[in-house]
Amino acid sequence: MVEDRTLPSRLWNGFLIVLMILISFMSLAPIIHTAAVSLSNMSAAAGGWVTFWPIGFNIESYRKIIDDPNFMNAFMVSVRRVLLGGTINFVLTVMMAYPLSRSPKEFTARNYYMWFVLFTMLFSGGIIPLYLVVKHLGLFNTLWALVLPGAVPVFNVILLMNFFRNLPKELSEAGLIDGAGPWYMLMRIFIPLSLPALATVTLFSVVGHWNAFFDGLIYMRSEENYPLQTFIQQLMVQLPPEYLDSTNAELLEKMSNKTLNAAKIMVSMIPILLVYPFLQRYFIHGIMLGSVKE
Amino acid sequence: MIKSFQKHYHLMLLPGMILLVIFHFIPMFGVVIAFQDFNIGLGLKSPWIGLENFTYLFQIRDSRVIFFNTIFISTGKIIAGIMVPVTFAVLLNELRNALFKRWVQTVVYLPHFLSWVILAGVMIDMLSLDGIVNRAIEAFGGEKIMFLASNAWFPWILIGSDTWKDFGFGAIVYLAALAGIDPTLYEAADIDGASRFQKMRYITLPSLVPTILLLSTLSIGNILNAGFDQIFNLYNPVVYPSGDVIDTYVYRVGLVQAQFGFATAVGLLKSLIGFVLIVISYRLAYRYANYRIF
Repeated sequence: MVEDRTLPSRLWNGFLIVLMILISFMSLAPIIHTAAVSLSNMSAAAGGWVTFWPIGFNIESYRKIIDDPNFMNAFMVSVRRVLLGGTINFVLTVMMAYPLSRSPKEFTARNYYMWFVLFTMLFSGGIIPLYLVVKHLGLFNTLWALVLPGAVPVFNVILLMNFFRNLPKELSEAGLIDGAGPWYMLMRIFIPLSLPALATVTLFSVVGHWNAFFDGLIYMRSEENYPLQTFIQQLMVQLPPEYLDSTNAELLEKMSNKTLNAAKIMVSMIPILLVYPFLQRYFIHGIMLGSVKE
Repeated sequence: MIKSFQKHYHLMLLPGMILLVIFHFIPMFGVVIAFQDFNIGLGLKSPWIGLENFTYLFQIRDSRVIFFNTIFISTGKIIAGIMVPVTFAVLLNELRNALFKRWVQTVVYLPHFLSWVILAGVMIDMLSLDGIVNRAIEAFGGEKIMFLASNAWFPWILIGSDTWKDFGFGAIVYLAALAGIDPTLYEAADIDGASRFQKMRYITLPSLVPTILLLSTLSIGNILNAGFDQIFNLYNPVVYPSGDVIDTYVYRVGLVQAQFGFATAVGLLKSLIGFVLIVISYRLAYRYANYRIF
């Protein structure tokens, strides 16, 4: 490859590298700052002296979290939700994407189903009718309220469907010749070939479930059923310190423990931070794989 | 077409379809609530008041405010959400070291996967009177600013933080487009003695224009969604004049104050306008960029 070795070009390259490092730092800075606050001592954090390195390093706040049954409980609610919801999403996405990826010649009713699916994507009744439906089904305060309304991730279904469509016809034809039925084709041929797309779809579904807070807020009636994000939202985000007055002294004391709050934030981030690097290399490829090829 | 396969395809679609019907299709009938003076005790048999909810909507001062805020914040996010990722993608593309590029991308995609509950917690801490930002301002001799209580700052904080969160992820599409530019164009430019800047101006940027146009057109359909999760977690009554948007208003008035009929009416209006915009934007995208989603 011919490289440009003139001085202006190399200066520009160097400038770009510095710029990119700055941008990367900016993307990480809030997280690093929060990590530093979580590991600092309370007074330094309250005074706002912590920048990107802990002052008075200690892991007290993390100890307090592990001893806090409410927090750990909410954490486990989220874990259960991700496992149940993620699995349901995965199974439904695969089971719906496959038939929809067959052409109308192979599957006569395909277009009718497709229109219906698209219809649900474009139109929605709004939160209030959905809220009432969930209420009437008696799902309030159960894990199912968090898992069932979003059970069919339509966008992911379309992504996976497009991916299936782009697999060579010869594969399914070869399967047919060997006497494979639709289930066999799906499970033994299509799924093994779709691992990048499946990883992408799973990543989005898992992250979506872990980060969701609003459904927990409106469907759960007691704090012990709150998923983690809702729990954190109620405790911290609702009432930032400056807006409280001295009548809420006890609440104020809870809130102004910046170190503890920062530690709770870090703990909620940890699963994402752990899972992300592994799945990251799949999803870039996976997103573009779902696009329509001419 | 193989006859015996048909029923299996139907079977695969069945669970998903049932769930879609229950949670997406049936709630659509709930739009009748918009035309009723809805009372939770009477349910759907509540008194019919026709368009009264809608006329009320047009009379109150609130609607102008929320509508303006929604459009303002959304437009700001769309513009920043295109300019920043494009710039970042073009600059990143200039770099030669593939490993460095991969590393930067990994870091920069991360904020997209964090929830707004978490990020709001981080931001509230950083923007508080004792937070790192105000400390920095003081160090430069300025006066502390209550960012999250200021109607002048709040919309920009929303736009800025949303861009910070998603610019990396948004750049994926542009990076893919850049990778698809024919290298012989660059070689021809080299032969003609073009400098790096000239190559950027005459080859790189023009090649991106179709992608940019496509993505902005598609964002038009989404313009009434100003980002509920983010705003809900960052706002407070002091900044309602500049930060309250349609979705947050519907939540407060509908679910908290239980004015179900009115809130459903607002939601319905939003869906209708949104639908018209989506159809227009997809039509435009199809006509001018041959874009289809299925």
